[in-house]
Amino acid sequence: MTQIDFMGKRRIAYAVSIILAVVALGALTFKGLNLGLDFTGGTQVEVRYQNAPQLDQVRERLEEGDFGNFSVQTFGANTDILVRLQQSFDEGVGTQVVDALRSAGNSVELVRAEYVGAQVGDQLRDQSGLGMLIALGVVALYVAFRFQYKFALGALISLGHDVVILLGFFALLGLDFDLTVLAAVLAVIGYSLNDTIIVYDRIRENIRRSQSNDLVKIFNEAINQTLSRTLSTSGTTLLVLLALFFLGGDMIHNFSLALIVGVVLGTFSSIYVAAAMLLLVHLEREDLIPAQKENAVDDEAP
Amino acid sequence: MLNRYPLWKYLLILLVIIVGVLYALPNLYPKDPAIQISGANASATVSGDEMNRVARALEDAGINVASRSIDNGTGLFRLASDNQQTRARDIAGELLGQQYTVALNLADSTPQWLRAIGAKPMNLGLDLRGGVHFLLEVDMDAAIEQRLELNASAMRDTLRSEGIRYRDSEASDQTLSFSFASEADRDRARSLLASQYQNYSFSNTDEGRPGLTLSLNPQAVSEIQDYAINQNLTTLRNRVNELGVSEPLVQRQGPNRIVVELPGVQDTAEAKRIVGATANLEFRLEATDSTPEDQRQTFSFRNDDSRRAALERDVIITGDRVSNASTSFDESGRPQVNINLDGQGGSQMNRASRANIGRNMAVLYIEHRTRDRTVMKNGEQVTERVPYTERGIISLATIQSALGNQFRITGLDSPAEARELSLLLRSGSLAAPIYFAQERTIGPSLGQQNIERGVISVIVGLLLVVAFMIARYKAFGVIANLSLAVNLVLLIAAMSVLGATLTLPGIAGIVLTLGMAVDANVLIFERIREELRARPIQQAIHAGYERAFTSIVDANITTLLVAVILFSIGTGPVRGFAVTLSLGIITSVFTAVMVSRAITNLSVGGKSIKKLWI
Repeated sequence: MTQIDFMGKRRIAYAVSIILAVVALGALTFKGLNLGLDFTGGTQVEVRYQNAPQLDQVRERLEEGDFGNFSVQTFGANTDILVRLQQSFDEGVGTQVVDALRSAGNSVELVRAEYVGAQVGDQLRDQSGLGMLIALGVVALYVAFRFQYKFALGALISLGHDVVILLGFFALLGLDFDLTVLAAVLAVIGYSLNDTIIVYDRIRENIRRSQSNDLVKIFNEAINQTLSRTLSTSGTTLLVLLALFFLGGDMIHNFSLALIVGVVLGTFSSIYVAAAMLLLVHLEREDLIPAQKENAVDDEAP
Repeated sequence: MLNRYPLWKYLLILLVIIVGVLYALPNLYPKDPAIQISGANASATVSGDEMNRVARALEDAGINVASRSIDNGTGLFRLASDNQQTRARDIAGELLGQQYTVALNLADSTPQWLRAIGAKPMNLGLDLRGGVHFLLEVDMDAAIEQRLELNASAMRDTLRSEGIRYRDSEASDQTLSFSFASEADRDRARSLLASQYQNYSFSNTDEGRPGLTLSLNPQAVSEIQDYAINQNLTTLRNRVNELGVSEPLVQRQGPNRIVVELPGVQDTAEAKRIVGATANLEFRLEATDSTPEDQRQTFSFRNDDSRRAALERDVIITGDRVSNASTSFDESGRPQVNINLDGQGGSQMNRASRANIGRNMAVLYIEHRTRDRTVMKNGEQVTERVPYTERGIISLATIQSALGNQFRITGLDSPAEARELSLLLRSGSLAAPIYFAQERTIGPSLGQQNIERGVISVIVGLLLVVAFMIARYKAFGVIANLSLAVNLVLLIAAMSVLGATLTLPGIAGIVLTLGMAVDANVLIFERIREELRARPIQQAIHAGYERAFTSIVDANITTLLVAVILFSIGTGPVRGFAVTLSLGIITSVFTAVMVSRAITNLSVGGKSIKKLWI
């Protein structure tokens, strides 16, 4: 079996984690998330041209149509145009935009039109933030119940690490953060936790089985034992995510990107952050020993 | 013996797989593009005659009809190709006229024997089939205000008939207030009203004139709100049915919101007008010279702003009492709306008209609308929604004789207006005004594209995982892949049976689940490999499965917790993702633990093998 001294290099990992987290927090504070329509409210209309149009001409048309403040950008292919309007919502705004663009004799087709009231957006934003916190809280409780509170602390910090860096990644690159990306972030919480639990499970088992007090050695062993599993699962998950990213279309582009980054982060954090945290919070053999009696049966092969 | 299941366990697993396959099967039958023809009201049913006419018209237009059928008075034409669907609807709609509703439909082509066991394909979400999604907000304050006005009108009636003189009445912010000439009048009024209106709490005010303030109980307020939203739901369902949309969704969301989804509808403007119309009618007598000043209200005419008329404040009946309405033309060819009232409305109308022959009665058209206004608030541009009510007289005519429960309204601008008014009167008015809080329109091309891309990424993702597992675990990789296939079948079956709606994020959820589903098997196989170093083969297999079990359960329960939270906070597409993820976790634990174990037991269990291909 491979024997990599993971814990010996933990200080490098700390440094990497801290740098990433600081950059992420910086991006979140100074640049902020580029919240999508779902959270801000507003109007957006996607149209498809037969032939790629000049963006300047599209803007001119819209200015003539008196649509107030708007922005125009291409969406995926250069025949697809995404128009964002600021709240000037009216009966069938999608059709209005298409009519305005069509007036020049172009062949334009409405792909989708969306309007979200600002109030709904605000509410959704609060709800989503709350949802994320509840998810973290419930998960921490479950880990504390199944393992021990120090494990819960480690899992929580590791999840926080993943979420902050993932959000920071989106803020730094200015990518649109909409409901599907939020779903992806929550899925990442689930995935990363899954990974963390597997490592913790092995650590618990090894601590109970061995007589040694050398936690660093026990951790290394546990991580190495689960390493090939961790890489296999991350590998298959990444494979399907790459399929989604390249083939799934623009509407789930950011969704799959968030998951790809999240899976990489989750794999890293379950090895370094989650396990290494247990050293920082001074996990001791005694923390797990009282439970040994009822679980001792586990260790005997039937 | 080690690694052998008793026979019943194999049979049970086999049974689950067979049931899964059966219920997943309907998804393989593509839905046929179709048009559906139904009668616009209960008296009009579709007969073979209409079907023949439509069939001939479609044939003339060069549209290929695959098959046709009539079921329960509803006709269905299945078309050969879906790009002729809209044209077919227009042709049939023009031919049959107002008496029938023609709707686009996707007809289920599941064979009879599958339908008999209740198997049905998954519903496709709006993002996959195109359509309109509205989130409507019900204006609760207006609902309460309306109820107050209605009660105030009845109270004034009571006071007048008892000969109690009151000065003025006012309704605002969940309270009604009256003022009286004397304290004796006030006390009489109080005891009279208190016995009839238990929903209010009464209090005296003594500033200036002796006054009486009635405020709604909190319980009554919440009852009114519940009534308002339920009434609106019913009305919206009626209207959506009149629109002729197949498989529409009208659903309450939260305390004061309603979701309306209309698959296949592309003309949002029309859909919005019908769904969101808050038009209602009021019938009132014209004021006479003897009408006291505070009982008059002056309105202008709808089609002529300069013409005005003073009406009495009391309403004879409102549009809620209309039981049926249809359009036709009067002798001189102008559009008119024929109205039937329900029993109570009829007798109210009869009483009022009999006592007032020779006076004028007005039909008042009321519409609640909003406009957006941009204001500066704390240095930021904020858009405020300002509700306003438009009231206009559409007709003012002399009462010639006592009216019964049938009469007609003239004075409408166009046949289209008459049609819309009769539709609105038929489907009922909204108990409270509604506002559009959110709107999404998905074009049909995007839907088609989303489906294709979703299917391709599922297939490619699946193939990559299959290849990876075989490369890494050889023979056991095949076992994992078999259980993965079973997993996919069970997941689709579960989603179909539960009636879950498949959305694009839902497909992403399936793909993600497939990637993660092998995790449990990976855990087991890695464990078996480890155990092989210390134990003989059969014991290693057994220990591998046993030892990995706690890890699998812990890991999946936590993910399930997250999925449940995702479901409870999410809306629309995100919920679809959460449902897929949760079901995927459950099926993957079953397949990884039970199915893969069964295959392992069957193939290598209890046999003396020298080497494991793992």
